[in-house]
Amino acid sequence: MLRVDIAKQLGEFSLQASFESEGRVTGLFGASGAGKTSLINMIAGLLLPDRGTIVIDGETLDDVAARVHVPAHRRRIGYVFQDARLFPHLDVRQNLDYGRRMNRLDDDPAQRTRVTDLLDIGHLLERRPGKLSGGERQRVALGRALLSKPRLLLLDEPLGALDEGRRAEILPYLVRLRDESRIPMVYVSHDAAEMRQLATQIVLLQGGRVTALGGVKVLSG
Amino acid sequence: MLELTPAEWTAILLSLRVAAVATLVATPLGVALAWLLARRNFWGKSLVDALVHLPLVLPPVVTGYLLLLTFGRRGLVGAWLADHLGIVFAFRWTGAALACGVMSFPLLVRPIRLSIEAVDQKLEQAAETLGAAPWWVFVSVTLPLSLPGVFAGMVLGFAKAIGEFGATITFVSNIPGETQTISSAIYSLIQTPDGDVAALRLVAISVVIAVAALIGSEWFARRATRRLHGN
Repeated sequence: MLRVDIAKQLGEFSLQASFESEGRVTGLFGASGAGKTSLINMIAGLLLPDRGTIVIDGETLDDVAARVHVPAHRRRIGYVFQDARLFPHLDVRQNLDYGRRMNRLDDDPAQRTRVTDLLDIGHLLERRPGKLSGGERQRVALGRALLSKPRLLLLDEPLGALDEGRRAEILPYLVRLRDESRIPMVYVSHDAAEMRQLATQIVLLQGGRVTALGGVKVLSG
Repeated sequence: MLELTPAEWTAILLSLRVAAVATLVATPLGVALAWLLARRNFWGKSLVDALVHLPLVLPPVVTGYLLLLTFGRRGLVGAWLADHLGIVFAFRWTGAALACGVMSFPLLVRPIRLSIEAVDQKLEQAAETLGAAPWWVFVSVTLPLSLPGVFAGMVLGFAKAIGEFGATITFVSNIPGETQTISSAIYSLIQTPDGDVAALRLVAISVVIAVAALIGSEWFARRATRRLHGN
């Protein structure tokens, strides 16, 4: 369970968001500039809230009043960025292995095979990110985040940088991921159709405020 | 005419040793400092930045004299090091290495700093979310991606150290076999009647070393860049 109740001033923009989510895929929906990315950067621990708390499964990750801030690298929260951010100096295999090595987890070939099969990236292992298509890059980024064994996966418009055809190519993988992995996700997007396909619960964000919470039908309201 | 005398060989080998030691000791310090200047904000940052660059703008004789005052036998630091650790810089080749290291430091730090600044901080954030603690982010992402700059800095620093003259001769004098580098040997030869031919031989050697260093750095940088971004 994810509980967020934060406030953050970013220049002229004020973000004040409070929501609780139990769902498998929490859709964070809103126009660009609504504060979605800042919000999940705070959940990831990359951005410090001015006030408030962030709690996951009973563990407090941020509590400004109590001076609690768990740094990003100790949160075990996976993050798939819009621009993939694969490490250019490592090949796909090393990119996928990065989180496991940094977290000192035991090698788990079965898990690696499951993930590379799920995402169809087994044939790319020897390649460098520079030689991948946009869609392939995003699938590898997804696999890299999954293999660090996160307790929560944040996806910040993972299809945003892709054209229509590529989106249609990736979306089924995300649906499979939702149905086959047990990792809860926060999915950020401004695309209502994507949200309807993926999210089990919606948080509507407008101008830095949560304006609606609930099931997918919130989107039609 | 092209045969080198043993004395000239001694000066060449000493120069190489002094410059190599200066560069190898200065590099980890330079990387640490470059990272601090590129990625951290702290009180007195502009002062540190100015201090690093000072040897570039000060007359070398001033730097050499300041080194003598500080690291000489009776200098504040020099006396302590000699008494407690047995490390003596004054009129030793180690002092020449120190002078060369200080003089080449700004040239070493600058390309490293620039290449660290050029590393996309979004990649460092990605590494953090994958569980990498700050030190590991540096070792596994920042440093490998800035290696071309590190090589460039090392080569520039080495080339500068090979050619250093003013601070070295001021600090550790011009003792054959101990502190007489190629530059100081050339200086001595120019002052000697009939020393011209020998001086020219050493001049040619300096040119060869400098050109080799530049070509080598170019090669290393290109290889490193290919390794980073190629397939």
